[in-house]
Amino acid sequence: MRTVWIVAGASFKESVRDRVPYTMVVFAVLMIAASYLISELTAGQDLKIIKDLGLAAMSIFGLVIAVFIGIGLVSKEVERKSVFGLLTKPVTRAQFILGKYLGLVTTLTVNLTVMTVAYYAVLFYMDATATPTMRAGWAAPALDPRQLVAIVLVMGELALVTAVALLFSTFSSPLLSALLTLGLWVAGHFNADLRQFEQVVDQPAVAWVARALYYVLPNLAPFNVKSEVVYGMPVSASHVGFTLLYAAVYIAALLVAAVAIFRRRDFK
Amino acid sequence: MAAAIETEGLTKDFAVGFWRPRPYRALDQLTLRVEAGEVFGFLGPNGAGKSTTLKLLMQLLYPSAGEARILGRPVGDPAVRQRIGFLAENPYYYDHLTAEELLAYFARLFGYRGADVATRVARVLDEVGIGKERRLRLRRFSKGMIQRVGLAQALLNDPEVVFLDEPMSGLDPLGRRHVRDLILGLRARGCTVFFSSHILSDAETLCSRVGVLVQGKLVASGPLSEILAFELKGWELVVSGVGDALRPDLAAMARTVTPLSDGHVMLHLAPNAEPDRVVGELSRRGAHIVSLNPLRETLEDYFVQVVGATAARDQRGVGA
Repeated sequence: MRTVWIVAGASFKESVRDRVPYTMVVFAVLMIAASYLISELTAGQDLKIIKDLGLAAMSIFGLVIAVFIGIGLVSKEVERKSVFGLLTKPVTRAQFILGKYLGLVTTLTVNLTVMTVAYYAVLFYMDATATPTMRAGWAAPALDPRQLVAIVLVMGELALVTAVALLFSTFSSPLLSALLTLGLWVAGHFNADLRQFEQVVDQPAVAWVARALYYVLPNLAPFNVKSEVVYGMPVSASHVGFTLLYAAVYIAALLVAAVAIFRRRDFK
Repeated sequence: MAAAIETEGLTKDFAVGFWRPRPYRALDQLTLRVEAGEVFGFLGPNGAGKSTTLKLLMQLLYPSAGEARILGRPVGDPAVRQRIGFLAENPYYYDHLTAEELLAYFARLFGYRGADVATRVARVLDEVGIGKERRLRLRRFSKGMIQRVGLAQALLNDPEVVFLDEPMSGLDPLGRRHVRDLILGLRARGCTVFFSSHILSDAETLCSRVGVLVQGKLVASGPLSEILAFELKGWELVVSGVGDALRPDLAAMARTVTPLSDGHVMLHLAPNAEPDRVVGELSRRGAHIVSLNPLRETLEDYFVQVVGATAARDQRGVGA
């Protein structure tokens, strides 16, 4: 396991020094800050706008970072041949994959933490400057800690998307990996519709395909509890627990598949 | 005693073509044995299969047939990696790490810890001639500097066997001399070196044995002393101050006469031309002797002959 952490540490160092993810984090922080200005224009909806925009910015920019550096994990290493230096050291291909994955998840966690701090800073300012009349109109307190639940689930979703990007990058080019990952992310958010589709089609073959896709594709809808926390509705501990467990199992399966593909791969 | 490197019928086929892939044999039944302490030069024209062989030995490629062993163990054995060094052709490392950080990272992968990491990193960087630049990110390094970093990482673990794929590539003349000295240093401390190269003069200087690969097949292999007959092929004599009276007689003394710059003339004499007599005659008639060198068969002559013969044989095979 020491080797895995050494690889993870170097991947983390390499990715945090890359300017593009930084730019994304800065852009997300600016967007969170801008949500305050937008909220000034909307009567009575100020806090909701900040929360909606802030959580959406974290989710979208987190996704862009996950895909952008996720696809670079393996396919760029193979394309640029930097993988030759590493795989000729006492490192197995499985250790390489796991190390790269952990390095990126660490980078994503740091980025999301920075965005969370910016988000709460805007909410803190809002809370400090709000009048009692404004507060009375809020569905939930500005600094409601339940928002952290939504952010934790965003992190779970990003960790899963990263594993998807990693799997694709073990056998395809960076561009194709990015497109496939984004396609699967979109499909993952509409996965629940496949379940309903199965019930409305007459042909058993089509229904069977819909059911197979429902089980195989990642179901990302449960990771999105942003509306619930914005409106102050409860999110059960069991929902959070099962969703994170689902992410862990799905990620483990993706990593096993990625290692199996990568082990057999020739590097020309 | 186990050989340092051993291959038995090592073969690699690739599928080429997108719609209708057809097999292409990059390496064909390579059987080779390199003993411990040897410096083995793996020579061949572009596309001969040299890099494919090195990648098979590093298990970056899996063989279609045959097997390879390093230090008596299968190439996939993780314990083997602990005892070898490898430099890829045109290496590339991580842009955002410094040379020091990259080597410290690799040193930790070899299991070194604490102060040992810093000591080893500093030592190998000194050995390859990287000074203050070691604290710069690799994205700012030139191709030659990256090549030096590549050499440094191949020496980090005091390897018993070092594999170098075109180690002189991208280096200026000083850099090439530095690498030559490094390889000679490795040879002196008993390290086995297996290197591929296009630069035959380097191979001639460094290698105890060479193998020549053409179109995936090993067409020749053996000690340089056996491969090259070292027979005298003639003499190269350079003279100056050749007067008009002497000029017409030069053709009778030599096989060829080539005018050089600054009034110098180069004569190629036959092996049995008695150079002492020719030199005496030319001096007596007012010419000055600049240099006299024996001409022997070089590795380049041998290489051109072997590669040419293989190509001609294949041509006949296609025509038949």
